[in-house]
Parts: sequence; C-alpha cells; structure tokens
Amino acid sequence: MTTNDWMQILLFLVLLIGLTPILGTYMYKVFSGKKHFMLPVLGWLERFTYKFSGVKADEETNWKGYAFGLLVFNLLGFIVVFLLQLFQAQLPFNPAHLPAVSWHSAFNTAVSFMTNTNWQGYAGETTLSYTVQLLGLTVQNFVSAATGIAVILAVIKGLSRKTTDLIGNFWVDITRATVYILLPLSILFAIFLVGQGVVQNFSPYETAHTLQGQTQVIPMGPAASQIAIKQLGTNGGGFFNTNSAHPFENPTPLSNFLEMLCILLIPAAMTYMYGKMVGSVRHGWIIFSAMFLLMIAGLGISLYGEFSSNPFFAHLPLMEGKETRFGITNSVMWSTFTTDASNGSVNCMHDSLSPLSGMVAMINLMLGEVIFGGVGSGLYGMVVFIILTVFIAGLMVGRTPEYLGKKIEAFEMKMAMIAVLAPNVAILIPTAWAAVSQMGLSSLNNAGPHGFSEILYAFSSAAGNNGSAFAGLNANTPFWNVMLGIVMLIGRFGVIFPVLAIAGSLAKKKIAPPSEGTFRTDNWLFVGLLIGVILIVGGLTHFPGLALGPIVEHLLMNSGVAF
Amino acid sequence: MLEATKDSFRKLNPVSLMKNPVIFIVGIGAVLTTVVVFTNIFQGSFSGFNFQIAIWLWFTVLFANFSEAIAEGRGKAQADSLRKNRTETLARKMNGTKEEAVPAPQLKKGDVVVCETGDVIPSDGEVIEGIASVDESAITGESAPVIRESGGDRSAVTGGTKVISDRILIRITCEPGDTFIDRMISLVEGAQRKKTPNEIALSILLSGLSIIFLLAVVTLPAFFAYSLKASGLPMTQNLTIPVLIALLVCLIPTTIGGLLSAIGISGMDRLLQRNVIATSGRAIEAAGDVDVLLLDKTGTITLGNRMATNFVPAEGVSPEELADAAQLSSLSDETPEGRSIVVLAKEKFGLRARDVQQHNAVFIPFTAQSRMSGVDLTGDDGKIRHIRKGSSEAIRNFILNQDGFFPKNVEDTVTELAQMGATPLVVAEDDKVLGVIHLKDIVKGGIKQRFEQLRSMGIKTVMITGDNALTAAAIAAEAGVDDFMAEAKPEDKLQRIRDEQASGRLVGMIGDGTNDAPALAQADVGIAMNSGTQAAREAGNMIDLDSNPTKLIEVVEVGKQLLMTRGALTTFSIANDVAKYFAIIPAIAIALYSGKSGVGPLSALNIMHLGSPESAILSAIIFNALIIVLLVPLALKGVKYKPISASKALSQNLIIYGLGGLVAPFIGIKIIDMLINLF
Repeated sequence: MTTNDWMQILLFLVLLIGLTPILGTYMYKVFSGKKHFMLPVLGWLERFTYKFSGVKADEETNWKGYAFGLLVFNLLGFIVVFLLQLFQAQLPFNPAHLPAVSWHSAFNTAVSFMTNTNWQGYAGETTLSYTVQLLGLTVQNFVSAATGIAVILAVIKGLSRKTTDLIGNFWVDITRATVYILLPLSILFAIFLVGQGVVQNFSPYETAHTLQGQTQVIPMGPAASQIAIKQLGTNGGGFFNTNSAHPFENPTPLSNFLEMLCILLIPAAMTYMYGKMVGSVRHGWIIFSAMFLLMIAGLGISLYGEFSSNPFFAHLPLMEGKETRFGITNSVMWSTFTTDASNGSVNCMHDSLSPLSGMVAMINLMLGEVIFGGVGSGLYGMVVFIILTVFIAGLMVGRTPEYLGKKIEAFEMKMAMIAVLAPNVAILIPTAWAAVSQMGLSSLNNAGPHGFSEILYAFSSAAGNNGSAFAGLNANTPFWNVMLGIVMLIGRFGVIFPVLAIAGSLAKKKIAPPSEGTFRTDNWLFVGLLIGVILIVGGLTHFPGLALGPIVEHLLMNSGVAF
Repeated sequence: MLEATKDSFRKLNPVSLMKNPVIFIVGIGAVLTTVVVFTNIFQGSFSGFNFQIAIWLWFTVLFANFSEAIAEGRGKAQADSLRKNRTETLARKMNGTKEEAVPAPQLKKGDVVVCETGDVIPSDGEVIEGIASVDESAITGESAPVIRESGGDRSAVTGGTKVISDRILIRITCEPGDTFIDRMISLVEGAQRKKTPNEIALSILLSGLSIIFLLAVVTLPAFFAYSLKASGLPMTQNLTIPVLIALLVCLIPTTIGGLLSAIGISGMDRLLQRNVIATSGRAIEAAGDVDVLLLDKTGTITLGNRMATNFVPAEGVSPEELADAAQLSSLSDETPEGRSIVVLAKEKFGLRARDVQQHNAVFIPFTAQSRMSGVDLTGDDGKIRHIRKGSSEAIRNFILNQDGFFPKNVEDTVTELAQMGATPLVVAEDDKVLGVIHLKDIVKGGIKQRFEQLRSMGIKTVMITGDNALTAAAIAAEAGVDDFMAEAKPEDKLQRIRDEQASGRLVGMIGDGTNDAPALAQADVGIAMNSGTQAAREAGNMIDLDSNPTKLIEVVEVGKQLLMTRGALTTFSIANDVAKYFAIIPAIAIALYSGKSGVGPLSALNIMHLGSPESAILSAIIFNALIIVLLVPLALKGVKYKPISASKALSQNLIIYGLGGLVAPFIGIKIIDMLINLF
C-alpha cells in the first residue's frame, strides 16, 4: 500500500466522524419537531403530503397500528413495482423496447426494492425501462429507506417515553424522513454526480463504432437521480449491471470517494441522532464506536487479504474483478463499507476478492447488518444486540437488566430472540437446501469451497437486506429468485415486527433514573461487551459455514490450490 | 448427597425435564445416541466412540439434575425440621364461655382458643385478650421468649410456638393447612416454586440460543454434503448423528441451563440462612433492584433508646452537683432513659445509688400534664428538696412559678443540643436550675459505613422518624443517610413510596405495625418483622424471623448476589462456545479437501493440537459435562459479592467469568484430551 492509500483511508474516516454530529444534529431537529433551516424551504411539501393523503399528523398509534401502516405501505410498494415490471412493454419511456419481466424476476425485484435490499437478479440496462427504474425503483429507494428510519424512530419513542401506548405516527415519520433528509441530500448529490459525468437523460441507447470497426451499444438513462439515493439510502441497486464499476455510475476518483462516503453517511449520523433523542449523546457515540471498530477490523483484514502474498500471482496483489480506475484500496474499502452498511452497491466483483476479503464481506452480512447497517435498519438491528448485551452482562451488576432505564423482561427477550433468529433461519436453511439440490447447484460458476461461498453469500446478502452479490452465481432462475425473495422478506420483516413490538412494550414502562448501581451503556467497557455479543451470538452460528467456505479456501490457496 | 444422587435419576422423568428446555434437548440427544449405539450392536458393530458420547450425554443430564437436587436438598432438611413442629395437639376452643377440646387441624378462621402456660399455640392467630411470654424457637431458632399481647403491634402468634407464662385468648386467623408453618414448609421445599420473571426471560434467551445452534447443526450435514462432493469423498463420510448431537450439546448453553434452577433455589436458601423467608422468588429479584430503602430510625439506625451521655451544668453549679441531682431524680425512673442517667452519674462521678428510703423520698412520676418527673426529699432538718427533670418548657414553668429564673446559658445549651439532634432534659432543684442532661440517640456502630456501601451500590437510604425536623436532620447527618422524613405519619410513608415508584424507582422497606401494612404492601420489597402484627405479615413479601430491621440491607445483598451469579454463569457459558468450536470443527472437517494425505487444510484450526478427531470431540463433551458439576458449589454459594458500584462489579465479574469463560475451556479440553490419549 502506498502513502496515498493510507491518506485516503484516513481522510475518509475523519470525514465520517466529522459529518456524524453535523447531520445527526440536523436529523435530531427534524424528527423531534424542532425548528430547522429546511423547514421554510420544504415545509410546504410536508404539509401538502398530509393534505393530499389525508394523514392527520397529530394522531399517534400504538405499535400494532404503526406496524399495520408500515405493512400496508410496503405491500402497496411491492404491488406497484411488481405490476410496473410485468407491464413495462405497454408503458412509455422504454426506448430499448424491453419486454415484460418474468414473474419470478419481477417478484424478486419488487421484494428486493421494497425491503431496501436491492439485490439484482437481472441486468438493469437490458431488463428494465426508464419508467420502471424511475417510478418503481427510485421511488422505492426513497421509501424503503424512509421505512427503516421510521422503525428506528418508533424505537426511540419507545425508549424515551414512559407509561404510554403510543409510539408515533408512521406516515409522519416516513414523510419527514423523505422530505427533509433523503430528498434534499439526494438532489444535492445527484447534481454533484451529473457534474462528475454521470448520465441523466431519457435518450435512447447510443450506438458507437469502435476503432476496431465494431459497434457498441452504450446505455443511457436517468442514472444520476437513482444513484444518489441508491448510495444515501443504503439501497445499492445499480442503474447499470456493473453497478458503481460502470463509468456512467461512478466516473471519477472524486465521485468514487463521495459515493463511498454516502454509503455510511446517514447510518453513522443516525447514531448521533439516536443518542441525542434518547437523552445520552455519549451513548450514541458509544454505539458509533462499536460499529466503527468492527468496521476498521473488517477493513484491516480485508486489506491484508488483498495485499498479502498470493502464490498464484507471483505474490502480487489480485487485480481480477477490480476496476483498474479504482485500484485495490478503493475496491477493498468499497467492498467493506457496502457490506457494513446494508448498501450492496459494488465497484468491484466480490466473487474475485481474496478468500479473506470475501469472508469479511460475508461476516458483515451475517452479523445482521449492524455495522452502521442500513438507513435506520442498522441501528434498530444494533438495538436488538444492545438488548441482548444488556441482558447477558447487565445481570452481572446485580440488578435485573435495564436499558436506558427501561426494564428488559421476558417479552423484550422473546422479541429480541425472534429478531436474531429470523435472519439466521433465512440464511442457514436455504443455504443447506441450495447446497444439496440440483436447482441450487446448477447456477454455480465455480466449484469447491468458492461455489459454496457463492451460495452462502447470496442468502446472507438477501437476509441482511444488503443486496450485493458475490456474482459468479446465475440467480435469475425461478428457484433463486423466489428463494431469495422469501429470504429478503424474512430478513426484513422478521426483524422489523419484533423490533416494533419491543418499542411498544418499552413505551409502556417507567424509566428508572440512573444511579451508581445502574449498568452503564455509555463507556468503553460496553463497547467491548457489545462487540463480544455481536461476534459470539451473531457470528458464531456461522463459523461452520465460514470454515467450509472462505476459511478452507484461504488455507487451500496458501497451499497452492485454487477453484 | 446420596439423596441428591437418587433424585438426579428420578428427575430423568421427561415431564420434569421438559421444564428446562436446554437440558431437555441434551436428554433427547442422549436418547438418540443410545438408540444409535444399540442399533449398531444389533447390526453387529459396536462403536466405542459413540458409546462414550452417549455416556457423557447422560452424565450431562444427570449432573444438571444433581445440581438442582442438591439445592433442593438443603431446603428439604429445613422443611423436615419444621414439619416436626407442626402441631397435632388438641386445641382449647372457646364456645361462648365454655371450653371444648378440638384437634388443631380442625380449627377454622375466626375460632377463638385459649392458651395457658405450657400450651402449644394450635394455629396462627391474633391475641385478643391478655399478655403472655411465648417461646418461638420452633420457627426462629431464637430461644429467648418474646412477649405477645392483645392490641398494638405485637399481637400475632404463630401455630407451633409455646406459651411459657400467663394466659391469652387467641382468634385464629388462617384456614387449616394454610398456617405460617405450612407455607414455610412448602416454600423451602420449593413445592410452589415458580419461575421468577427474570428466570423466564433468561430461559427465553437460552432457548433462543439453543434454537440458533440447533439450526447451525441441522444444516451442517448439507454443507458437508457439498464439501464432500467437492473434495471427491463418498457421502458415507458425512457427519453421524452422535457427532452432530455432540456438537449441538457443546454449543447450547448447558452450563447455565443446568445450573439455573439451582441458583434460584439457593438464593431462597441463603435468605433462609439469614432467617428471612421470601414468599416468592420474585421478591428476591426485586431486592436486588431496590433503589430506595425506607428505614425506621428507631431500631435500624439508632439503638432503640436514647441514652444520657453528658451533664452540662448551669453557671455556678458543679457537674457533680448536677449529676447527683439528676441521679436522685431518676432513681425510680424505670425508663431506659432514666436508667441511663443513673448509670452515667455512676460512671462519671462514682455516684452510687443511695438508700433513698432514709431521705423519706417521694417520687413524682412523669405525667403527660406536668411533663416532668422527679423526687421530693425530706432532709434531716425537715426541709424538703424538690428535684425535677423534664423538658425545658416544663422546667421553665416550674421555676417561674417559684419566682426563680431560667439562666441564659442553660437556654443556649438546650437550643444547641436540640440542633445536634439530641434531647435536652433540664434538671432543677427548687427555684434553681442546675443544668442540662444530654440525652442522645445512639447511632448504631458501623451503620454509617453500611450506608456508604449502599450509596456506592447506587441505593438511596431514607430515614423515617416521628422526631421533629431539627432532630431528624441531625441524626440523619450523623448516620449518613441520604434523606429523611421527619414527623412521618403512615400516610406519608405510603405517599413517599408511591412518589418514588412513580419516578421509576423500586422501594424496599421493613415494618411491623398494623399501620405499616399499606406501605409494606405498596413497597416492591416489603419485609415484615415476625414480631409484628398479622396484618403486616400478610402485607409484606418477606418475613424476617429475627425481627431485626437491619436485615433489609442483607436482603438486598442476597438479591444482588443471586442476579450476579445468574449473569456470571450465563456469560461463562456463552463464552465457552468459542473453544468448543475450535475443538470440534477441525475434528469433523479433517478429511475435507485432504487429497491423498487424509489431513485436510481445516486441521489448521486445531489450535489446541488435540490428539485425534475422536478425542477432540470427546474432550469437548466431557468438559461440557464436568464443568456443570465443578460449578455447582459456585451456583449454591453465589459469586463473591462486594458492595461496590455497578461499573466495578461488572469489570470484576467480566474478567473472571467472561475472560475465564473464553480461556478455561481451551485449557480444560486440552487437559482432558491429553488424558484420553494417555490411555
């Protein structure tokens, strides 16, 4: 690695830390109904949305009402995206005359974008028309991210209120998240991207004649607007098949750097907002630290995996599957960050990462996407782990466990366990099935442990609602499309509903004021504990799978065997 | 011990095993493995390896049962000795004015019985007439008799105790079979033992973890099938059921699962050793959570009675003169205060009680009207000395009535003493004020340190007293309590508890009287003193057989220790998994991708360098079983407890049980593996 690489990593981390409180404070103001500078600019849009949709902004619901609203809203989103794909041939803005999408691919894509997974079983430029990309996918990019934010807001209300049933108004929360956070940031970023050379048009695909005298079709489209939100909303579904390795999605080193920053920006700032809203900025930073340390550890291992000696390439770093424009460091950074946050956009092919780097990406997915994680979803996933940590370690101070003054009892425990179980079920059982069935195996491109990693990665990515692919796996088959769709649903709603139930239950409780006898959740010891619980409870389950996939591949590679 | 061993086999009954999901899974695994072993035998092959796995799985279950049996055993012994005291005697039931002999178990609520010297009280009740001394050693173990009398706070009597003197009428207050001793027996035997809320939550966590690991193990054969195919190995080399079960049992939290109920039972037991009976396990957990303790001043913070500690003479009076007068005025004063004055005068100035008869002494007793007491002595010359002691106002009136004057320095002393929280008693002879006796509430030795410890544990102490605010403040400062309530009425106490609870705090208190009952019922931890009224005993969720108000603090400590033990062993159990993975995964995956050598790349994970795949798996499962037995003493005794802040307690326990839990199995498994490979 060169000094330049180190400088860039350092600059990135410093910017991430620096921007966290700034954006965090702004989001805190937006969601606690305080005055903020965007209110005069966009206030009309919020009010208009309520008026137009008939939402009564001051009416709050209990957790079941909140969950019902969320479910209805997501279901509508699913239906719209599903139908748009089936009828895209009849709809306008389809200059490439793309035909209707197959039912299973449409199901997969609709679920994928509704659940903020943005797994793509298809190639964007050869499958979806501009209408579907804009009205279907881009819209879902916004609202699926807003849904995640709404859930964490409900959790915050559950923690900061006492003896009430009410945990807020789902419609208000998604509206504010979209209008004041996602929309302005995306517009700003889209304009920047256009400036860097990302396309934003409705033109038909260009046909170019190369020097060799061949013709090449160059896809066009309204890319910048979708790419901005795809990065910011931890969506990751690319406009083009090669995602952010495509020069029209990610043209310059600067665009690459900022697109990476945008992956983590909102999830990181969420921790600060969370701390401020639950009454302990310190606690917010402590959560940030736990995420940050896990991220750094992953980045370190991943860099080591790529730069360490490799017997196949005369001990030179691997360039296969990487974009030469970005080089190794930027590819590794992206692969780590995009799997930390449940973003899933890629600027290199994860299939070609060294076994160790691939394993880091996989572990990031398997831990439940809590290392910053998805917009909102990373933090509420983290809250589940915090509850587990508080419960396991909290007893050791000689009190029944409490988190921020709220007693953690049987109901919270039950829901937290469901939230931990759901993604694990969704990873392990389908992986086992795919690993022994012809339907699963026929899609593999690679043999040996690497093929196994491809399967494991796909389901981990779907369960974590990440959406990145190991590639090398032809997932556009009925088996894979349907299985992955179901896994995405379990990974999303199998966590959201228990988390909302926890929020509802916590809201009903009293808040015990802290004392010397209270288990502290705002010191470094807690960071260590939290990391320990995440790795042991969240990660240990997957040790056998990792051993049979990337670990054995790494060991084999070092002894000169490749697949 | 023998009994416990027998019990551990009795507890193999699936119905009782089912109550403990983690151990139930181990039980199913043991059955399955045994079936595999026998099926193999019938097919003509015997696998010593599978047989050993089966044996150790059974041991795991038995060890878990054993821990529970041994914890229950201690309670049973106690119950047996209680049962001996249950009365089968004839009661003397009053039928109008006639007496009638009725077997004790037939007495109903509301019946009235009479008990005289030597009678055993037939059932729980309330004294409605008379006063008697009662030997309660049957339930408290304390041999000194106690006074029980009608009315007031000492009216409750317990069935099975014995009247030593006098005669009392008792109204029975409980139905047959529901007496205090009956309930005590069932409590210590654990017959009514229900899982406490925290135990339930913990069981959910443990079951959840078990399900996760069950998933990991169930899917493993499929992962293996893929890998075997990829390595060109036959499917017959896939994982066998005994190996899968061994892996599962090693991963699920058997240590805490096996010890959980033993921890709970021994918590109850530790309270019992301190002569406190909790009516539910929930109460003990709540005790660990208490944020605020309401403590009565008298008896808890101060010794019961005020004591004379000093004589402060008026101007121109010698201390001896004052002490002499004070002693004379108190000679017939039988109150503890009066006696302490006599003693102090003796100790300080060597003044001995004199024969007062020769002075023709006439004692003036204390009355509510005069608010002073004293003595009139007729000297040899026929002159009468009027010596009085009393509150400053009373003496002032006494003096002024005789045209005397009340000196300034005495008045100052009185104010000063009152501000210090003491009670000043002024002594006068005829029209002359002699000085002030300093009567002091004596704060119990060591109580201040105790409160400091409580504070460091985050527990706030509130002193409750009927004294005025000035006095209360002074004593509160001396004892080091955080807050006090002066001139507190029972309603105030109740309100205070409600207020604290409304702000999210848990409140503990100890009380005895009828007027304490509402507050005891409202408090999260309400300890009733055994000497108290029936109403108080019904309202509290614990009963202190010694009637010692300081018990509250010990109860809190027991509660905290119980929760800590649970947390420590959970952490230990979960941390154990890391090492077990490193033992078993390389062992079962050794053949994969091995080519011709037979030793695959995953043997690199065998960081413990265990001898063979079989010995590795066996060592892990043996360690897993033995650790339960090794930790039984810890579960019964509880983790070491010190009154320190939460953060300090956490770091200490984390180093021992968290880090220990990570490291210990690496060492343990390695040692067991070396032993196995030795033979």
